[in-house]
Amino acid sequence: MSQVIFAEREDQIYEKGGDKPFRISCDKQSLAGAVSQRACVFCGSRVVLYPIADALHLIHGPIGCASYTWDIRGALSSGPELHRYSFSTDLGETDVIFGGESKLTRALDELIPLHKPKAAFVYSTCMVGLIGDDISAVCKMAQRRHGIPVIPVMSEGFKGNKRAGYYAACAAMFRLVGTGDTTGIPPMSVNLLGDFNLAGEIWIIRKYLERMGVSVVANITGDGRVADVQRAHGAALNLVQCSGSTMELAKMMQETHGIPFKRVSYLGVDDMAQALYDVAEFFESEEAMAKARELVRGELSEIYPRLMELRKDLEGKRAALYVGGAFKAFSLIKSFRLLGMKVVLAGSQTGTQEDYEELAEICEPGTVIVDDANPLELMTYLIEKDVDVFVGGVKERPIAHKLGIGFVDHNHERKLALEGFVGMLNFAEEVHATALSPVWRFTPRKARPRLEALS
Amino acid sequence: MKNNLAPKRDYVSSTNACKACMPLGACIAFKGIEGCVPFLHGSQGCATYMRRYLISHFREPVDIASSALGEGEAVFGGGPNLKQGLVNVINKYQAKAVGIATTCLTETIGDNVPAIVKEFMGEAVLEGSRTEMPALIHAATPSYAATHMEGFYAAVAATVAQLAEPGPRHEGVNLLPGLISPADIRYLQAVAADFGLEATLLPDYSRPLDAPASLSYEILPQGGTPLAAIKAMGGARASLALGWTPASQDAGRDLAERCGVSLHSPGLPLGLRASDEFFAALEQISGKPTPDKHALERGRLLDSMVDGHKYLSGKRAVVYGEQDLVIGLSAFLAEIGITPVLCASGGRAVGFGEKISEFCEGLTRQAPRVEAGIDFYRIAELSRELKPDIIVGHSKGYNMARELGAPLVRVGFPIHDRIGGQRVRLLGYQGAQELYDRLVNALLAKKQDDSDVGYGYL
Repeated sequence: MSQVIFAEREDQIYEKGGDKPFRISCDKQSLAGAVSQRACVFCGSRVVLYPIADALHLIHGPIGCASYTWDIRGALSSGPELHRYSFSTDLGETDVIFGGESKLTRALDELIPLHKPKAAFVYSTCMVGLIGDDISAVCKMAQRRHGIPVIPVMSEGFKGNKRAGYYAACAAMFRLVGTGDTTGIPPMSVNLLGDFNLAGEIWIIRKYLERMGVSVVANITGDGRVADVQRAHGAALNLVQCSGSTMELAKMMQETHGIPFKRVSYLGVDDMAQALYDVAEFFESEEAMAKARELVRGELSEIYPRLMELRKDLEGKRAALYVGGAFKAFSLIKSFRLLGMKVVLAGSQTGTQEDYEELAEICEPGTVIVDDANPLELMTYLIEKDVDVFVGGVKERPIAHKLGIGFVDHNHERKLALEGFVGMLNFAEEVHATALSPVWRFTPRKARPRLEALS
Repeated sequence: MKNNLAPKRDYVSSTNACKACMPLGACIAFKGIEGCVPFLHGSQGCATYMRRYLISHFREPVDIASSALGEGEAVFGGGPNLKQGLVNVINKYQAKAVGIATTCLTETIGDNVPAIVKEFMGEAVLEGSRTEMPALIHAATPSYAATHMEGFYAAVAATVAQLAEPGPRHEGVNLLPGLISPADIRYLQAVAADFGLEATLLPDYSRPLDAPASLSYEILPQGGTPLAAIKAMGGARASLALGWTPASQDAGRDLAERCGVSLHSPGLPLGLRASDEFFAALEQISGKPTPDKHALERGRLLDSMVDGHKYLSGKRAVVYGEQDLVIGLSAFLAEIGITPVLCASGGRAVGFGEKISEFCEGLTRQAPRVEAGIDFYRIAELSRELKPDIIVGHSKGYNMARELGAPLVRVGFPIHDRIGGQRVRLLGYQGAQELYDRLVNALLAKKQDDSDVGYGYL
C-alpha cells in the first residue's frame, strides 16, 4: 500500500483503529507533482459567488478560467440567469505587456448596460495578480459610473488553496451586507448560508422553514439576489451549511452585525431534522418546534417504506466518499448507516483539523480518513477496501468506473436534489441504481473471480 | 456570392467563449505519448479544471500533474516546485515521459523551463531500480497567446523537436493529425495499414483516452505513440500533416527542415474532396492504388449522398469549433448541399476565411459568413438573424440550439452532454458516411417530430 503514498503526504492520511492516536495534517499547499483533486483560489471564489443570479460575474484574465467554469454547476435560479453566462476579459498577449486595466474598464462599460446586473463581481486570476492591474481602482470608478456595486474578488489562483478563495468570496459579499433596507423583516428570520440551490435544493429547505413559520431573508448564495444579500443583516440567525465556504461570512456578520450562526446540514434525515429543531430551539418557539416535529414525522413516514425497501438490497455493502467539505462527509456517513452500508473511506479536499477529528470519531474502526487525496491513493484504497459504491465528484467518477465500482455524484454539478427528506430518498435511489446494476457482473474485477470459480 | 447581414459588431469582452486555453490542448496531445504524464507548470487550479473538462468529454481518468505554485514561487520563480514535481511524478507514476506545458502564470513570471529542465536532468536522483531518466518534453503554451488547438499543435511540435532525430531512413510514414477523436485515430491507423504503410501517428491517445474496462486502475494507461517511434520519425520516408491552419504544419515542417522528411499536406480528411486528397497522398507515398475496401466506401458515400440530397437541398447550417474542424465541416456541408451560413471559431489563425471560401465556391448559394475570434454570445446573435436549419459543433452550442429550435449535431470537442464523444467519427469516407447519416437523420427527425401527421415513411 505504502508504495503509492507520497512521503510528504503521510500525515494527511489516517486509518482509524489500532493504537495510533488521531492526527492528520490539512491546510497544506497541494504537493507539486501529485495529481491533487483540489482546485485553486479562483475556483473557491467562483463556486461560492456564482449562484448569485442577478450579478455580473466577470473573470479578468486569459480565457481558460472562464471557459472551464461556464455554466458548470446545477445552481438553479427562480428568476434571472445572468450567472449562467461566462464573462471574461479574455486577456491576450498585448494585455500582458501593457496591462489589462483599460480592457477591464471597457468590458464593464460594455457588459453592465447590456445586461443591467444589480452588482458586478470582478474576479482576479493568476496573471492579473502578476501584471499589477489595480482592479480595485477600476472597480471603484466603474461603480461610480454605473451606480451599482462593482466588487473586486481577490482570487488570484496561486495565492493559497480553494479555501482562500472561499475567504475572498466572503470578503466580497461582506461589502454588500449591511447596505440594504431591513424594514419589514419578521423576528423569526434566517439567512441560508452555504447552500447553492443545486437541483433546487434551497427551495426544499425554504419550504420546510416556511412551514415552521420562519422567514428566509437571503439565500447565500443559491438562487441568490444582490438585494437580499444587502439586507441580510436584518435576519436574526445565520444557518451555515457547507461549513468551509461561507463560515467566514457568518463570522464577519456576527462580529459586525451581532448575528449569531448555527452550523447545519440538510443532508440525511438525522441532520435535516436536527437543523429544523435547532432553528425552533433558537427562536424559543414551542409552536415552531411542534410544527418541526410534525413536519419531520410527516416527511419521514412518506419516505421510510421505500427507504427500507432499498436498504434490503444495500445492507452490508461498502461505501467510500471523497467530497469537497468534511461537514458533508458526516451527513453522508450517517446516511449510509441508515441504508445499512459501511463507510470504509472518507476524505475531503478542504477539511479542517476539527472536521477531521469529528470525522474520526464517528467512523468505524478500519475507516481510512484522507485529506486532499490524489487518484493513486483513491484507487489503492478503493481496491484494498473492496468498495461497492463511491461518492464523489466528476473527477472521481472515472476512477470508480474504470475499476468497476458504482458511483454517485455528490458535488456541485449534480442534477438531483439530495438535501431534505426527499433528498435522502433520492440519494438512496441513486446508490441503489448504481450498486444494483447488472454491469458489475461483467466488469473484469468482479467477473474474473466468478469465472475462476466456475472453471 | 454575397451575404447581406448586419456588419460585424466588436465586443471588448468575451461572453461564453468558443475556445479553451492553450495548455488544455497540450495536455490532450501529451496523453497520446506512451507512458507520458502531462504536467502543468502553474497553479493547482489549471490542472484540476482541465482534468474535469477532459474527463467530462472522454469519460476516462485523466491525470494531469501540476507544479502547484504558491505565492512565494510566483515571486521567486517556480523552478524548485517544477523540479520537486518532476521527481514526484517520475517516481510515483514510473513515467516514461513527462509532458510539461506552461501556463499564463509561469509564462508571465518568465520561468525559463528549458533551462530548469536541463538543470534537473543534471541533478535528479532516481528512486529504486530506475536508471534511465524519462523523456522530459516541454512546450510553451501561454494561455493568453492562442486557443487549445494551437496548444495541441505546440505540444506535438515540441515533442518532435525535442525527441525526433535525423536517423537511418526507414519505410515508415509519420501521420500528424490535429485534435481528432480516439475513434478517428484508430481509423487513420487502419487506413495506413491497408496501404501497407508502417505509420507513426503522433499523438495517439486512442487508447489512453478511450480505454477498456480494466481489472485495476492503470497508473499509466497503456497505449500512446511509442517513444522509440517518435525518435525514429526523423528517418521516415514522408510525413502527412493533416490540418489546414499554419500551426498544424509545424511538426511536419520541422521534420522536413531538420531531418529531410518530405512533407505532404493534404489537409484534414473530412468530407469527400479532402478525403480524396488524403487517399491520393497515400497512393503517392505507398505507390499502391486505394484498396477496394476504401473505394467501395467512397462509392457508398456517394450513393447515399444521392439518396439523401433532397432532404438537404437548400438547408442552412451554423458551424463552429476549432478552425481546422470548421474548415473541414464547412467543406463537407457544401458538398452535400447544405449552405454553411455561419462558420465560426474562437481561434484567430490566418487563412481561415480563404480556405472556407475556396471550399464553398461554386457549391453554395450564398457565401458563408466567416467569423474568427468570436464567442457564443455573438454566434447566437448572428444565428438568430440567420435562422439555421441545423447546427453542427460541440456541446457548448446546446443552449443556442435549444433557443433556436434547431437540431444540434454534436461533433468535435468537447461533448459534455452526451456519451460517446471519444467515438464520434468524422474522417475519411467512413467518417463522412457516419456524419452524413447523422445530419440527414437529424433533419428528418425534426421534420417528423414537427409534423402533425406522424409520417411513417420519409
